[in-house]
Amino acid sequence: MTREQTRKIENYIALSLSGLAALAGLFWLVFILGDVLVHGLGALTPDLFLKDAVPAGMTGGGLRHAFVGQLLVTLAATLIGVPLGVLGGTFLAEYARGTHFARVISILADIMVSVPSIVIGAFAYAILVRPLHHFSGWAGAVALAIIMIPVVLRTTEDMLTLVPWTIREAAFALGAPYYKVIIQVVYRGAATGILTGVILSIARVAGETAPLLFTSFNNAFFSTDMNGPLASLTVSIFQYAMGPYDDWHRQAWAASFVITLFILGLTIAGRALLKWRYKK
Amino acid sequence: MTTEAKKRNIPDLLFSLLTGLASFTIILLILGILATLLTESWPAIRKFGFFRFLFTVEWNPVKEVFGAASTVYGTLLTTFFALLFAIPTAIGIAIFVTEIAPNFLKGPIGAAIELLAAIPSIIYGMWGLFTLAPIMSKYIEPALQKWFGSLPVLGMLFRGTPLGIDLLTASVILAIMIIPFTASISRDSFNLTPSVVKESAYAMGATQWEVVKDVVLPYSKLGVFGGAVLSLGRALGETMAVAFVLGNNHRIATSLFDAASTITVTLANEFAEADSDLYLSSLYYLALVLFGLSFLALATAKLFLLRAEKKYSR
Repeated sequence: MTREQTRKIENYIALSLSGLAALAGLFWLVFILGDVLVHGLGALTPDLFLKDAVPAGMTGGGLRHAFVGQLLVTLAATLIGVPLGVLGGTFLAEYARGTHFARVISILADIMVSVPSIVIGAFAYAILVRPLHHFSGWAGAVALAIIMIPVVLRTTEDMLTLVPWTIREAAFALGAPYYKVIIQVVYRGAATGILTGVILSIARVAGETAPLLFTSFNNAFFSTDMNGPLASLTVSIFQYAMGPYDDWHRQAWAASFVITLFILGLTIAGRALLKWRYKK
Repeated sequence: MTTEAKKRNIPDLLFSLLTGLASFTIILLILGILATLLTESWPAIRKFGFFRFLFTVEWNPVKEVFGAASTVYGTLLTTFFALLFAIPTAIGIAIFVTEIAPNFLKGPIGAAIELLAAIPSIIYGMWGLFTLAPIMSKYIEPALQKWFGSLPVLGMLFRGTPLGIDLLTASVILAIMIIPFTASISRDSFNLTPSVVKESAYAMGATQWEVVKDVVLPYSKLGVFGGAVLSLGRALGETMAVAFVLGNNHRIATSLFDAASTITVTLANEFAEADSDLYLSSLYYLALVLFGLSFLALATAKLFLLRAEKKYSR
């Protein structure tokens, strides 16, 4: 075989292998999503949203309590995490722009994004559950907020940096103080980007289970009391899937379908928004 | 400065203080987590020491003897196998998306792979329990046993009854989970290779594979390596994807078909049940070890990615 032929064959083999890898990736995506879709759609009933859990082992009931609990905890986490993240990102991109401090915080935030979420749950347990002697929705919200802060902070920093400096100078020239420039000019220019960061961070925490396991814990009853244990969809999925009853498994699939749809929807919306804003 | 100007400066000062404090929460959180883990695990640290804790296999809540060896071993093993499956696939995907795919396919395939990253880990876990584990125990694991079970040494890895709730299934799920991270970072690094360099290689008559192997990969190796280490950090701390299919078994597994445990799975299963102070403290000790391991991996990854960025921005 000539050298050219070997090179050609080597080329084909390598390229086919990488094509296969891409196919494998798509295969898993289709497999998992298809499975969730098939099992989830079949199990989806109005009862799931309208009824609370029935005692273990009985058929029927729904996950209304878990939907409400999840909504409350996620909402509270957003209210805590987003302002802190946006303000922190503002400081890094504006007042501290180009300083070592900004760089160090930015790197630490990047690391924080990937810190094991179960460790954050353990942290929230130590500071909010054990001293108060009871599980609470607030502890869960704080744990989720801790996961959100670095995500929002980093996207805010990036998005504010994208706003051209000349626009700020134009506002300075009119005599505006820096804080007014930031709030009235820079934030406006970066609004879509910041919103995207917020959307993606909500998508990130809405599927978190590990930090809720020993903070908001679980609750078999309908509750809106953030000071007590609260049910959440993800923890319910864990409990139901590991449990012995077929009806539980059915509801776990249905809940998985709803939560996957919600998160993928948010993710796609966030990306589309970003593309629409920054492509031009 | 006139009083007028001073008055105007006060709100600005307040706003900068407010935002500064907000950015400081990151440092506060990291130090707070570290300090909390240290204080909570202090009784266990004093009782078991550092090396003795890490190398004691026994995990016995009844006798109150706690050692981290089995869980740390499980964590490292699942992570190792997951990376073994994931990294070649991820790099293949990145090569396909950047160099081979026709332009109209590049966007959609890249987006689809990234969607894989958005699926919450609990969905992976449940899918693993109900769909993948039965397939593994019925078809794949018996087949592996038939092919490799009789080999010397290597055959050891395939001993035991294939139940599907084991190290292999957990590693496969973990691999599927981390493929998107590695793939998207590798893709971004590949894209940084200047097209002039690639074009000159093509002009010399290089094949597509030769361009990838001799131009793109060497050029982007820092980034690819950073991506791999980042995935390592993610895999170490993943909880729900493995909690369903690992069986929480505190033994040193010798076969891929053994049930095992990781730090995260132990925490998820036992934290709310820990009834004695030493038990809880030992769990916090495990969390501290995990925090240390993943922080180290993530910081290393960040270092490599920063270096890569610096190199290319010139």
